[in-house]
Amino acid sequence: MSAIDATFEILRSQGRKAFLPFVTAGDPNLEFTGKVLKELVARGANVCELGIPYSDPIADGPVIQASYTRVLDQKQKLSDILQAAQAWTTELTAPVVSMVSYSIIHRQGLENYVAKAKAAGIAGAIVPDLLVEESGEFSEICRREDFSLIQLVTPTTPPDRALRICETSTGFLYFVSVTGITGVRTELPPEVVDQVGWLKERTELPICIGFGISKPEHVRMLAPVADGLIVGSAIVRKIAQVEEKGEEAVLAEIGTLVDELTSAMTS
Amino acid sequence: MSEPISAVPNSSGRFGEFGGRYVPETLTRALDELADEYAKAKEDPEFQRQLTDLFNTFVGRPSPLYFAERLTEHCGGAEIWLKREDTNHTGAHKINNTLGQALLTLRMGKKRVIAETGAGQHGVATATACARFGLECIVYMGAEDIRRQTPNVFSMKLLGAEVCPVESGSRTLRDAINEAMRDWMSSVETTHYIIGSVVGPHPFPMIVRDFQSVIGKEARQQSLDSFGSLPDRVIACVGGGSNAAGMFYPFVDDTEVELLGVEAGGRGENPGDHASPLTFGEHGILHGSYSYVMQDDNGQTCDVHSISAGLDYPGVGPEHSYWKDTGRVRYTHCQDGEAMAAFDTLTRIEGILPALETSHAIAKAMESARELGPGKRIVVCLSGRGDKDSNEIARLKQEGF
Ligand SMILES: Cc1ncc(COP(=O)(O)O)c(C=O)c1O
Repeated sequence: MSAIDATFEILRSQGRKAFLPFVTAGDPNLEFTGKVLKELVARGANVCELGIPYSDPIADGPVIQASYTRVLDQKQKLSDILQAAQAWTTELTAPVVSMVSYSIIHRQGLENYVAKAKAAGIAGAIVPDLLVEESGEFSEICRREDFSLIQLVTPTTPPDRALRICETSTGFLYFVSVTGITGVRTELPPEVVDQVGWLKERTELPICIGFGISKPEHVRMLAPVADGLIVGSAIVRKIAQVEEKGEEAVLAEIGTLVDELTSAMTS
Repeated sequence: MSEPISAVPNSSGRFGEFGGRYVPETLTRALDELADEYAKAKEDPEFQRQLTDLFNTFVGRPSPLYFAERLTEHCGGAEIWLKREDTNHTGAHKINNTLGQALLTLRMGKKRVIAETGAGQHGVATATACARFGLECIVYMGAEDIRRQTPNVFSMKLLGAEVCPVESGSRTLRDAINEAMRDWMSSVETTHYIIGSVVGPHPFPMIVRDFQSVIGKEARQQSLDSFGSLPDRVIACVGGGSNAAGMFYPFVDDTEVELLGVEAGGRGENPGDHASPLTFGEHGILHGSYSYVMQDDNGQTCDVHSISAGLDYPGVGPEHSYWKDTGRVRYTHCQDGEAMAAFDTLTRIEGILPALETSHAIAKAMESARELGPGKRIVVCLSGRGDKDSNEIARLKQEGF
């Protein structure tokens, strides 16, 4: 059982939902990422997603893209990120998963990536450009190493295919709420509630919903059907203001946002 | 008996180990739908008739195979024959693909088309096909390419397309593809992405190759008709690799014909100075397929350079990687300066103004003619005309090129 499985088991037994924030590793520097993660967990984050910057992220909107560019411009290396992660994960009480392009995993070597990430205390990977058809080899390595491979289902995924993805995904299933890229949105499509509800009747796997979630209304709409909610761009766009507003102010704003969203989860 | 080299890709889009589909789940359904529709269209005589009719009456096919007599004399070696894709409507090979994909768009009932463009030739060809069929057209183009290929930007707008400048990354072709993919992520239910080369996730590399293969099919027959045999060597420039794939594919099982692909050698052999992934790159994943790519140790795509916008790309189509690793096609590279010199030579000696992309192939054809010597024959894909480059060439010359 990976740390992710354990987290969802506990939450389920307590009838609680997970809050999963996303941050870009190294934005604007690794030290600050460490502080943000600590703050997020202190405010109740149950699983943290750590975005590994990639030069050509086609599933990401302007906010996350810009954060990746900020980091890559500083020539940040994967080894630097993993080294920092090792220090963070020993202190954090919530598991960390990497959100990482298959281009990067492939370049490291599949086994090598899993070994290094595990050594850094990372519990799994979300690989947004690895489809179930292409995931066989990596999926097997992850299973053997008890490293969660969290796969994605989207509104365009046909139902039979979604069930197939549930069978191979481990840790949880990432349900993408919109047909589109990451980024905050004013409104989310209401169909997603039915789509997730349909899947929940057919799988034991925890289902977390992400993409576009930034407001308490979104949370109130989605929390009842989901096991967890993922919030990325809404946090990353606050981090983008560190230079302008200072670290303390940004940490405080992130704290307020998380409180707002998590309290909507239980209300 | 081993399979012929042309018997690729397999049903998962693999050319040997290369190709495949590395994209977000959101795009899967549209890619499956495209693959299904294409399979049906391929077997549908009505589709083939429509496309052939467009090729003949709208594009002006077959394009001539022209004996470059004065260039041959100038080089003093093998005969140089030019497959004149520059004579096509819109001035390059790109229209072969956009008409085919526009017909597929109509068959799928989609009304909106997006495309990326580097040199602007694919943008113009897409805008043209969309005007012809009444489809809405949005073209993503890097800001740097908008600057260096201005005439094509005007044409696209006149044809009714919306040109969206891309300011991210290196502001060239690679970034334009990223942006087009992002648009498609949100619009996939109503929009078809007419990708401009043999790159991207399955089934694009196969579809684009098949539509472009009209070049090689004609050139093969024209060779037999004009000089009674197949050529000794066939040459094409390689950006994403569509004119080369279309030229080479009908010859790949003719193992006696040597095939030579020419990448952009840029300013030199250091990383960042060229755009030659087949020569200097690594196996990796970019824009949805597994192929050779210019990538650093961390898996980040490298910046590349070429004088020509259409070759200024860090990746290449997966079938070229397959041809390289099986040894069927040899790949070389040609630097900016050599391409400029070849541009001048062809223009002055033959009265044909080639695109800067094409000039890379011309340079290696001249070299090949000397190397092979008299009695041999070379066919070069003259992929496009150079009018779009006149301003940029004038500027480069003023800078002392
Ligand atoms: C005239 C011409 N030749 C070649 C290319 C390179 O593309 P490909 O390698 O796909 O043929 C381009 C691309 O814009 C072009 O305009």
